[in-house]
Amino acid sequence: MNILEQIRNRFVDKIGIMEKSAKRVYIAVEKEEARELVCYLFRDLGARFSIATGVDTRPGIEILYHMAFDANDLMLTVRVLVRKPELEMPTFSDFMPAAEWIEREIHEMFGVKFIGHPNLQTLLLPDDWPEGVYPLRKGTFESEKENEEREN
Amino acid sequence: MLKKIFTWGLKKSLWVYHAGASACNNCDIEILDLLTPKFDVERFGIVLVGSPRHADVLLVTGVANRQTAPRLKNLYDQVPNPKVVIAIGSCACSAHMFRDSYNYVKPIDEIIPVDIYLPGCPPKPEAMIDAVVKLLGKIK
Amino acid sequence: MRKETLIPIGPYHPLLEEPEFFKFYVEGEKIVDAEVRIGYNHRGIEKLAESKTYDQDPFLVERICGICSTSHPFAFVRAAEDVAGIQIPERAEYIRTIIGDLERIHSHLLWVGLAGHFIGYNTVFMWAWKYREPVLDIFEAISGNRNHYGMFKVGGVRRDIKDSDIPALLKAIDEVEKFCSMLTKAVMDDPVIQARLKGIGILKKQDAIDLSVVGPVARASGVAIDVRKDHPYAAYDRIDWNIIVTESGDIFDKAAVRLLETLESVKIIRQCLKQMPKGPIDADIREVGVGEGIGQHEAPRGEVFHYIRANGTNFPERHKIRAPSFMNVPSFKKTVIGESIADAALITAAVDPCYCCTERMAVVEPGTEKVLLTGEELVKLSQQKTEGLKKR
Repeated sequence: MNILEQIRNRFVDKIGIMEKSAKRVYIAVEKEEARELVCYLFRDLGARFSIATGVDTRPGIEILYHMAFDANDLMLTVRVLVRKPELEMPTFSDFMPAAEWIEREIHEMFGVKFIGHPNLQTLLLPDDWPEGVYPLRKGTFESEKENEEREN
Repeated sequence: MLKKIFTWGLKKSLWVYHAGASACNNCDIEILDLLTPKFDVERFGIVLVGSPRHADVLLVTGVANRQTAPRLKNLYDQVPNPKVVIAIGSCACSAHMFRDSYNYVKPIDEIIPVDIYLPGCPPKPEAMIDAVVKLLGKIK
Repeated sequence: MRKETLIPIGPYHPLLEEPEFFKFYVEGEKIVDAEVRIGYNHRGIEKLAESKTYDQDPFLVERICGICSTSHPFAFVRAAEDVAGIQIPERAEYIRTIIGDLERIHSHLLWVGLAGHFIGYNTVFMWAWKYREPVLDIFEAISGNRNHYGMFKVGGVRRDIKDSDIPALLKAIDEVEKFCSMLTKAVMDDPVIQARLKGIGILKKQDAIDLSVVGPVARASGVAIDVRKDHPYAAYDRIDWNIIVTESGDIFDKAAVRLLETLESVKIIRQCLKQMPKGPIDADIREVGVGEGIGQHEAPRGEVFHYIRANGTNFPERHKIRAPSFMNVPSFKKTVIGESIADAALITAAVDPCYCCTERMAVVEPGTEKVLLTGEELVKLSQQKTEGLKKR
């Protein structure tokens, strides 16, 4: 049975599958089911966690978990929306140690709190980085520049 | 008199310390390349040393980001006088394409005084040797 | 009271896309805990990429890392082509393959040389770097620059390989192969190197899977993944070559995987040069369009991953970059704990986080922690251990 059918059978109507091509599949899922789905992919189906991407959108931060199925030439992306303003997301690093660093990165770049993460200290940004400034959010620096221009 | 002895000593064998300030490490590898058999600048007494306190020349590569800028100043202060600073690569000379980055602070030559600018991305090893030759001509 | 001693290393050995500041906690000679702090090279490239066009971005991502400077453009252009859903001309695919694998040779040789330096075999260091030069000469002949080749663009490549150059290139490749096979034999048969590297810094297969490590680090632990085989792209599926996989996961295996891969790369390049079809080298794309795209490439250190979200303008809306070291570096915690401090420098280096010159591991962190050993002394310790083994 192929991977997509297995996922469909198990999660039925909780997920929305979008097949962009045979090699690129995107699965949209609610925050509550995301943990179960990613755990199933990583632990049971043997996917490799490639990386997670954070994208700032209007309603919240979208997190994309890119899972690679190397034996099947498939790149499966799990799409989760973390709504503003709470921006809380359960951590996946307990069952998937590979996610530890990227969750730290998303935390400092977008301000998403990963509940249960062992260590959310800064990873990439300097020690004296101002709190509450998230460089990869839309408008963080654009507005700063505009303000400066207005002042000058 | 003492100064004369210092400059004479400086000219004979340059000991360099290499400080990468957030570089892409291409310049850094080309610097290392200078030591390997094809270019082999150790023939001329140029040695890469492991501590800034032993160095005559500070090689700086890369753009200074918020994390490295204070450390660069610190490194410069540790190099004993008389000292020379060479900025290697376009990043160190002019911040290159990283000028608009949020993590970029200010040009290298505003943090520490730079004596020689060597642009290129990365400069060829031959260009680096040429810079050192020019530097030797400059020391009086 | 804990009887541990803290040994900081770094942050100044910044020859990598992610320079690190290691802290080792030791009891006597044994390492009991380790931490890492990165961010000394953070230049905000993901944000910068959003303000540059699809034509400019390959040059930007090329400058993420100097050693694997084709890997990032390769993955980027594939991501953009994935958004647009286009096929590039076959000749361009072959040229991309040649560039990608030439880079693997020079990068692996560089690593072998530095590993040699770490264990006190400076002959290996000098040799490997000497034999790396012809590879750079080939690069210069093809692209005009020794590093940062600027060959990639969305839809193809920027420069063609002239047919009249091919015989000379084939000859140069033969030379490279001769050196590589000699070096491989010299390193792998050396009893001192075997005694020094075998059984040290082992990454178990299950840990490798849990941490999702990639590239030679994964393959040395028996995880047979390689983007070139698993997700075929460019010309890799039209060419005959093998994945190198070993089982034990120690440093010797990591070195063996890299050395043997250089020979496979030589095979790939030779076939490419011979089979390359004639034709255009650029699909001449006018716009990328709207949508999402993922691009992967097997860099010398493992899978490079790029994700692009395009909104129809000439600038990507979001550009995610993941270098292989981001996945590989966290594995050092599994490999270094329980080992002796003399091996620390070697083990952290074994994942090839583009570490380069040992000199730059000296400590410059001002006054916060007491410095017991600098990186230089660590290397010295490591070299002394080799000396001791030689005498036996």
